Formats: sequence, C-alpha cells, structure tokens
Amino acid sequence: MTKALSIRGLRKTYDNGFEALKGIDLEVSQGDFYALLGPNGAGKSTTISIICSLVKKTAGDVHVFGKSISEEPAEAKKFIGLVPQEFNFSNFESLWDIVRNQAGYYGLPKKLAEERTEKYLKKLGLWEKRHNAARMLSGGMKRRLMIARALVHEPKLLILDEPTAGVDIELRRSMWDFLREINGQGITIILTTHYLEEAESLCRHIGIIDQGQIIEDTNMKVLLKRLQKEVFIFDVVGELPDEIKVEGFDAHRVDEHSFELTIDKSVSLNTVFERLSQAGLEITSMRNKANRLEELFVGLLNQGGAKA
Amino acid sequence: MSFNEKWIAFLTIVRKEVRRFMRIWMQTLLPPAITMTLYFVIFGTLIGSRIGDMGGFSYIQFVVPGLVMMSVVTNSYANVVSSFYGAKFQRFIEEILVSPMSNSIVLWGYIVGGVARGLLVGLIVTLLSLFFTELHIHNLWVMIAIVALTSVFFSMAGFINAVFANSFDDVSIVPVFVLTPLTYLGGVFYSMDMLSPFWQGVSQLNPMLYIVNAFRYGILGVSDVNVGWAFAMILCFTAAAYAYCMYLLANSKRLRQ
Repeated sequence: MTKALSIRGLRKTYDNGFEALKGIDLEVSQGDFYALLGPNGAGKSTTISIICSLVKKTAGDVHVFGKSISEEPAEAKKFIGLVPQEFNFSNFESLWDIVRNQAGYYGLPKKLAEERTEKYLKKLGLWEKRHNAARMLSGGMKRRLMIARALVHEPKLLILDEPTAGVDIELRRSMWDFLREINGQGITIILTTHYLEEAESLCRHIGIIDQGQIIEDTNMKVLLKRLQKEVFIFDVVGELPDEIKVEGFDAHRVDEHSFELTIDKSVSLNTVFERLSQAGLEITSMRNKANRLEELFVGLLNQGGAKA
Repeated sequence: MSFNEKWIAFLTIVRKEVRRFMRIWMQTLLPPAITMTLYFVIFGTLIGSRIGDMGGFSYIQFVVPGLVMMSVVTNSYANVVSSFYGAKFQRFIEEILVSPMSNSIVLWGYIVGGVARGLLVGLIVTLLSLFFTELHIHNLWVMIAIVALTSVFFSMAGFINAVFANSFDDVSIVPVFVLTPLTYLGGVFYSMDMLSPFWQGVSQLNPMLYIVNAFRYGILGVSDVNVGWAFAMILCFTAAAYAYCMYLLANSKRLRQ
C-alpha cells in the first residue's frame, strides 16, 4: 500500500550554513497517527515546512501518497492540510472568509466550498463567530480556526505542528477527541508536540528527531516497553525521617510528607507495598514522577548527545 | 489542478483582493479622489486659467490625462505592494504557498487585484475631472490598452517591491522616492517642448513619459513621443517584470527559504 508520507535522504542546509536536516528517512502509513518529537531546533518544523513546500529541500525525496513534492507539487499538496505552529491568517478577515478562501485556493466550487466552510466551522465550535474578524478570537479559537482551515479541502494527510501549545487543558482534551475522531475516519495525522502525554495518548507511531537526524522511529507500544524503570512519588501519613530505607529499592525523601521510589518493571506492586509496610511507611497516595514517554525521550536524547 | 479548479483559485485571490481594498475604501479610494480634486481646482482652475493653452488645449484638459494616469499607477502599485507585503508580514502568504495553485495563478490574482483598484480609481478621477472640463476621447483603444498595460506593469512592480520589503517603511520608499518624482517629471504638468534639448533627452529615459503621453494621445490626440514606440517600451517593461516576478515566486528565499 502506498505510504501516506515517504521521506528519503532529506537534507536541508540554510544559507547561514546551519544544517537543519542531515539526511532523514521517514515513512508514515496511511491512517496512522504519528508523533514527531524532538527538542527545540531539532528539525521538526523544517521537515514539516519542506513537506508543505514552505521551505526548499537541499537534497532528498518527499512523496505524499506516492506524489513527489518536487515533480507533482500540485497533486501532492492537494493531499496535505497544515496546521502550523504560529498563527498565520489575516487578522482583519472574518473566520468565514479565511476558511472559504482556503477552499477556493484548492479549486473547490462555490457550493461545495460554502458547505465545507459551514461544516468545519460548526465542527470546531466557531460557527457563532463566523462573521467576527480573526483578531477578535481567543488563542484557543485561533488554533481551532487553523484546524478548520486545514480541513476544508478534506486532506488525506493532516500535519499539526504543536497544535495545543498554549491551549488550556479542557480545550486540549476536546482537541484530542476531535483529532481521534478524524483519524478514525481515515485521515492520516502527523503531530509534533512538546506535550509528551499528548503523543502517548494519541499516537500509534513515534519518530524522535534530534540535531537533524531521526534517532528513533517505532511503534509507541514497543517504545514504551523499553522502559525498564519508573519513578513513583508516594505521600505518607505523618512526617518522614531524613533517611528512608526500603529493602531492595532506591528511595529518596522529597519533603516531610513524600518520597520517591525507583521501581523496576519486573517487580510487582504487591511486593512494593509489602516492603513499604515493613519499613513502617503508611501510604496515602502514589503517582508517576514523570510521564513515561518523557523519561524515554530524555533518555534517548541523552544517548544521542553522548554519541555525538 | 483542472482548468476549472485553476479558474476558481484565481477568482478567489481576485475576490479577496477586491474585497480588501473595498473594505478600507477610506484609505484606498477616497484619498486619491480628494487629492486629484485639489489638483483640478488648483492647477486646472486657479493657476491653469493664467497659464493659457498647452499643446493646443486648455491647461486643465492637458493635465487631466496625466493625473488620471498618475492615479492608476500609484494605486495599482500601492494595492499589490501593501496587500502582498501584509500577507508576508502576517504570514498568511503561507495559505497560498501550501495550496496547489501554480505561481502564475498567484501572480495574476494579485495583478488583477491591483488593476481593479487602479482602474476603479482612474474611473473615479476621470468622472471628477468632468466637473472641471470636457473630455473627448480621441482613440478609445489606445486609451484602454495603455491604461491596462500600465496598470499591469505597476501591479507587478508593487509585487517585486513587496517581495523584497522587510518592513512597512520599505513599502513606501519606492512610491515616495521613485514613482512620484518620475511621474511629476514625466510630463504630467508640462509639455516636453518647454524643456531645453538636454532635459528633453534626459526625460526620454523616464518610462512615465511614454505612459503619460500615450494615454494623453488616447484622450486628446497629442503626444510628445511616438505612440508606437511608447507601446513597444511599455510592452518590454511589462514582459521583463512578469519574467522577474515569476522568477521570484519560484526562487526567492524571501518567500521560501
């Protein structure tokens, strides 16, 4: 089956000599929900901008549903919907005009363009504001406007570059639901985000890019299985001593009512609680110290840095 | 894209451009109307009555074609430069760059938007001039052809300016320091006969001289330059500008890094 996205040997060197991409290879299957992660300046946005023809590649090939962005740019572009990181619409135009015009740029006939504009403004909860100038919207609404605009020509591949940056939790969750829904309808989604919880919750595959190179490209479940140890924080009744000793575990005091414990994945929680009871600790609650993916992510980047 | 899809995309840009300048008509349509009315009152009626005939016509009849053309030039240019630079500045040019439209559709969309404003302002100024003098059209086709070509050329000039502009200051530099002096020295207010042979020779290098005189020929039937030569010059300028605009759209690092 043709890949939704196929990247081979992609390189980008900017005029100032900065090598943003050092020959990356990447494939995203049709219908996938793919997370492209990496620290700031790793090359995520450059990759996305090249796919969407906003930045010119120095070398390599990019195919979108089998169409080369160099040789058949119009055909390739029809498949893509982009939600960029920065707001990039006219502040003085109405929401209706912004989305309606985008449909026109893709050659949608008037009736269909208006139907789609109405459909996506309603879906993204912006219909009541359709006559407002875009500058009047809140940050979250502006993000939703960009999603509506990206979907109006009904692309097969939706690329979201940090779509939930600066969005409150409630709105972020509702955007997740929406993205799951459209992915369920068959739209392939590529997502870059700094919220690793978001990637873990939404995506089936993950690529990690660092210093212009793909350092990991795998299934999310496979990646998470690699996590050997997790750190949990426990809250206790009463005040903790300065030094905590739990047989077989590495424990550190966080404050007078909580401590952290590193637990190997092979050890059952029953054993953990048994040992905690033996140590005379009465537990009231426990939680992950960090997101599981975050731990892996940091670990992989550190390995990459060590190799470099 | 099919022909129909391309046509829809082109019309979308044109409609957006026309709506933009109509929405802000107090900045785009009203100022040239007021400025040109003042020109007609001062240079045509008050001072012009003391100047006497020029080229066989009353002074106001002589200056009207130049003033109409000046309006067309400045407004065609201003529309594209401000709109395209605004799109670059607010980054919504990316809406167009990610779309499947070809570069020629994008360019023609902006050109036609600039031409629409240039011609509309030209029409407004022409109608206003009728309050001050009578106009008889000598050659309609020459008049239409020259005004259309000029408007297309200066729309593209505005496009080039917008691509290179880094700030809103850069958008106003060319109109203030290049366009206005060339227009004023291009025979809008005087006949070349009034200049010494040296300055007549220098004026031959000014493209506005050909544009103003060819348009004046279309209305009054008089020109300081050969009209055929004027057309040839404008066509060459327009073709060169089109080729350069297409080059910029395909290669400029100011649009796609």
